[in-house]
Amino acid sequence: MLLGKAHKFGNNIDTDAIIPARYLNTHDPAELAKHVMEDADAKFPGKVKPNDIIVAGDNFGCGSSREHAPVAIKAAGISAVIAKSFARIFYRNAINIGLPIFESPEAADGIKEGDEVEIEFTIGEIRNVTTKKNYKATAFPPFMQQIIKAGGLIEYVRKKLHG
Amino acid sequence: MTITEKILAAHCGKDNVRPGELINARVDLVLGNDITAPLAIKEFLRIGVDKVFDRNKVTLVPDHFTPNKDIKSAEQVKMMREFANRYGITNFFEMGCVGIEHALLPELGLVMPGDLIIGADSHTCTYGALGAFSTGVGSTDMAAAMATGEVWLKVPDTIKFVYKGRLNKWVEGKDLILYTIGNIGVDGARYKSMEFTGEVIKGLSMDQRFTMANMAIEAGGKNGIFEPDDITIKYVKDMIKRNNLKRAYKLYKSDPDASYSKVIEYDCRTIEPQVAFPHLPENTKPISKVGTVKLDQVVIGSCTNGRMEDMRIAAKILKGKKKHKDLRVIILPGTQSIVKQMIKEGLYDIFLDAECVVSTPTCGPCLGGHMGVLAEGEKALSTTNRNFVGRMGSPKSEVYLSGVAVAAASAILGRIGSPEEL
Repeated sequence: MLLGKAHKFGNNIDTDAIIPARYLNTHDPAELAKHVMEDADAKFPGKVKPNDIIVAGDNFGCGSSREHAPVAIKAAGISAVIAKSFARIFYRNAINIGLPIFESPEAADGIKEGDEVEIEFTIGEIRNVTTKKNYKATAFPPFMQQIIKAGGLIEYVRKKLHG
Repeated sequence: MTITEKILAAHCGKDNVRPGELINARVDLVLGNDITAPLAIKEFLRIGVDKVFDRNKVTLVPDHFTPNKDIKSAEQVKMMREFANRYGITNFFEMGCVGIEHALLPELGLVMPGDLIIGADSHTCTYGALGAFSTGVGSTDMAAAMATGEVWLKVPDTIKFVYKGRLNKWVEGKDLILYTIGNIGVDGARYKSMEFTGEVIKGLSMDQRFTMANMAIEAGGKNGIFEPDDITIKYVKDMIKRNNLKRAYKLYKSDPDASYSKVIEYDCRTIEPQVAFPHLPENTKPISKVGTVKLDQVVIGSCTNGRMEDMRIAAKILKGKKKHKDLRVIILPGTQSIVKQMIKEGLYDIFLDAECVVSTPTCGPCLGGHMGVLAEGEKALSTTNRNFVGRMGSPKSEVYLSGVAVAAASAILGRIGSPEEL
């Protein structure tokens, strides 16, 4: 269970907005975190606090395959991303690196900028503490739950290969 | 089954697969570049294996910031080079051999019809032009595939696109895919396979098909795919001969009773050259409705439109002319062998005489990396694939997308315009 403040974004937030390519000459998470969401909101890296939550519209993370996008979000201390829907590669990348993501059109609509949000990660229950409304995220298929449970794809593969 | 389902089934040892099914598939090739591979290498080393699954099937292409734009990017490529040496990876492309990955790999015969390819680059979907299943993934997926030779995939639904009629003058594969994205939106094919069919497609060259498959991701697609035909077979045979390869390939076709989540038909007689306005590839307008958009820069090339046929279209329009005095023009060929062919055919002279810059093959300007970045307030027309905020430089610059003919004509006009205006 985590409590954080919501930062709202619109539809089609692309990976260039999440982490512009001009910063991709490094893969250091701390460096990337300094520029997270910069081209969507230049003030964001300065105002984001640990455990904060990103709440967005449709097709979050569209565009490039750069894993630097979920890496930057995670390294900035953001605890989860809630969206109406996620672009395919971003979705994979988030699961693979262990960034909690939740698909819930209702929550994405119902949560406003600055609302306090609580998420029960294991069952995908989202609670807007400010308005006292509850939402349920789309459940992950069992196979993906195994990757999440292992702590990401690398840990999952390690276990598979080394037992 | 569709062609996509057949290729996926063949790579997970099943007779058939259904949309929605999760599979563990064997990969024929794993690709990474100088942005994504360093992160993949870092993750690979955490797995704790002493070799890659097949040293001939891992391809490392440092093309994004080549020639290395600064110390940090040089360090990234150094990491790739050392990894390639340590693990005996045969396909690491040093500067001088490197080209833009999605132009380079087909040219060298590293991707073939029927293959299953994953790449840590979203435009890996380009190889669908050959009748391969090819999709973009992230660095961790690349790392896991380098270790195991496998990738987890959800079998996608397929949307069938049928292009009917005939192409209007100056309309290219690029215009068809921009029109399609404009029609269905940037998430119109999210998680789905896009199958490109119809009488117009049958007449399209391989270079035009690569351009279309390249942009499947801009509609959110998992892959974009063409059934291999005589044009594909000729391209593949030439490529095998040129590179002296001994490699089998397999031609798959969709069954007549294959099931599609949607079938969308377009009458190409109604499609004009297209321009996508900032800041999404779906913001398309036909060239006749563009209005006056003055330009500061034109870029012709990239993994989308940097192949030989694209260079020839641009040269035909720019021959004997000069670019407009108020803008800069960057010609961005995909590979060294394309550069060589351009010199041989006199295209290089045409571009230089027109006062264009001919770049070394690099992704550079397309992603605002280097070699032609935009300042605040500047507008560019580009034959690349993305026009997101800040994509080619300043977050306060604007990018418009088009095919090669419109871009070349606009370079002369100083504003977005049609070759018909020249």
